[in-house]
Amino acid sequence: MAIPVVYNLRSVRQRWTSSVVAILGIAGTAGVFVAMLSLAHGFKATMMSSGSSDNAIVLRAGANTEMNGAVTLDDVRLIQDAPGIARDTQGPLLSAEAVMIAPFPLLSTGTDANVQIRGVSPKALEVRKQVKIIQGRFLKPGLWELVVGRNVSSTYGGLGFGSSVKSGGATWQVVGVFDAGGSAFDSEVWADASVLNQAFKRPENIFQSVTVHLNSPSDFQKFKDAVTTNPKLNVDVDREINYYNKQSQMLTTLITILGLIVSLIMAFGAVVGALNTMYSAVAERSREIATLRAVGFGAGSVVFSFTLEAVLISLIGGVLGCVAVLPLNGFTTSSINWQTFSNLAFAFTITPTLMSWGIVFALAMGIVGGIFPAISAARSPVAPALRGM
Amino acid sequence: MVRVDGSGTSSLIQVRGLDKKYSRGGEEIHVLQGLNLDVDQGDFVAFMGPSGSGKTTLLNLLGGLDVPTAGSITVAGDAITSMSRGALTTWRARHVGFVFQMYNLIPVLTAFQNVELPLLLTSLSKSERRKHVETALGVVGLSDRMQHFPRQLSGGQEQRVTIARAIVSDPTFLLCDEPTGDLDRKSADEIMHLVLTLVKDYKKTVLMVTHDPVVAEKADITLHLDKGALVESGKLAGAMAGGAR
Ligand SMILES: Nc1ncnc2c1ncn2[C@@H]1O[C@H](COP(=O)(O)OP(=O)(O)OP(=O)(O)O)[C@@H](O)[C@H]1O
Ligand SMILES: [Mg+2]
Repeated sequence: MAIPVVYNLRSVRQRWTSSVVAILGIAGTAGVFVAMLSLAHGFKATMMSSGSSDNAIVLRAGANTEMNGAVTLDDVRLIQDAPGIARDTQGPLLSAEAVMIAPFPLLSTGTDANVQIRGVSPKALEVRKQVKIIQGRFLKPGLWELVVGRNVSSTYGGLGFGSSVKSGGATWQVVGVFDAGGSAFDSEVWADASVLNQAFKRPENIFQSVTVHLNSPSDFQKFKDAVTTNPKLNVDVDREINYYNKQSQMLTTLITILGLIVSLIMAFGAVVGALNTMYSAVAERSREIATLRAVGFGAGSVVFSFTLEAVLISLIGGVLGCVAVLPLNGFTTSSINWQTFSNLAFAFTITPTLMSWGIVFALAMGIVGGIFPAISAARSPVAPALRGM
Repeated sequence: MVRVDGSGTSSLIQVRGLDKKYSRGGEEIHVLQGLNLDVDQGDFVAFMGPSGSGKTTLLNLLGGLDVPTAGSITVAGDAITSMSRGALTTWRARHVGFVFQMYNLIPVLTAFQNVELPLLLTSLSKSERRKHVETALGVVGLSDRMQHFPRQLSGGQEQRVTIARAIVSDPTFLLCDEPTGDLDRKSADEIMHLVLTLVKDYKKTVLMVTHDPVVAEKADITLHLDKGALVESGKLAGAMAGGAR
């Protein structure tokens, strides 16, 4: 049987000033690690929730974002006859959209930030079921009207409900606010697509993407085959959810890698702290270790016991770090969406999975910081240590 | 019967030609030089000698805490001097009970938990361990101090806990290195009374280092470490007591 854990628990408490140094180092590192992961996760979640599995997005062939797509009105007419598209009494549930960026002043700093403006078709709300008008009404086709996402109305000056704003050589009326369920659309401003093209002096018949609502997710292949095999169309089709997943990839990867680099640098410091704590624990307790060895505990037991002690310390640190960053959960931040260069609001999203990664990270630091002192503890000769040499 | 001339044949502990050299800063110290010793089951041996004569060195070798430069030690048929370190650790757990001058209790463990330590290396169940620990602490008269931590005990009480830890797993022999060295006269007497009880009533084999002639007098025989070997002192009373048993 091993050296009892109570020995380590009480020793950690006994030497708490030294333990605290290691605990705080590990807590800080694990906290930053979890925060960075939750940032990446929050961004990805925001992007992912923008897509629906029963929607398909059509872009010009080879365009990997809406921003550099071009779909003509003729294309739209061909697309809307494709099989699989859901219909209501007035026709297919389809939104041909034009996307552009315009600067608006931030309420917080007064400086301009880029907002993504999406020109939509009248069916946009039927296509994107997660988007709900929470204030005012939806825009009327052909009018200089805007509806704005929940984040936009609270973040930018002049884009609040009821205000009027100049942009693209026209004066627009904000007639409604919508809630897009925490998705990227919450950071967008919507206008009528043809009016928007007109305002920004773009060709009236050119859109950048077409989003269709399918009868069911399983109709995707049928729709895609029909559209991509049509010789008159030169377009790519993707599930909307995949599209947004791909859009999120770059920034998610970037945040994750940055997070890992920062965490690893911090981990280096935390491990040094743990090593320091554990080496001094081993030195201070050389007599106790020798006594345990004399009583008959083997070298393996000693290595295990001291590594376990480091792991206990790191577990406390890990839990502390996770708890410390927990208030960040839901805290909204914004960042440039690198695909569109517009501002996108998203929240730190701390999940149990991310917290367990934080704990695992902390434990790994504990093991690395504990194993070497533990081995040195087991290696040191018993007889001199018993004499206090 | 205790012998120092290497003539014993079937003794419990047999030491032959034991040599121990330490090298310190290029200088070699030859502490034990061809030491012989035979100890039988139930013997109570006291070792005396000036400071630095090698008493602790000898006990460490007998207890398998250190390895000799040359020579052999056999205990109950096991040649411990040819064991690997790992095997030696296991052997220690089964056969040796240590009592040190500085007690060497684990400060963060209670008296009970300290005494229980050697039993964690056995296959005893939790309730059996409890029984053994309670018995051992009963023998040393500390049944009412089981939940105390070492710092809450007097020196004499700490040493009694150490003795309980040394006997709890019923080892083949006890090694005591100046067990009374840090105690006042009264506590020292109590400890010696306890050691004698272990020898007389529990038939323990005890090898004890001491500086105190009064303490040494209680043993069956006192051996002096002189120039790296043991010499019997002409202690008639002890020899007679040993022979009378
Ligand atoms: N690990 C070691 N390295 C070098 N020299 C040592 C070591 N251990 C002991 N010695 C030396 O060996 C000699 C014998 O030491 P030992 O501790 O056995 O003596 P002792 O008889 O127990 O003395 P004391 O009565 O002071 O306890 C001393 O000179 C000591 O300095
Ligand atoms: Mg000594």
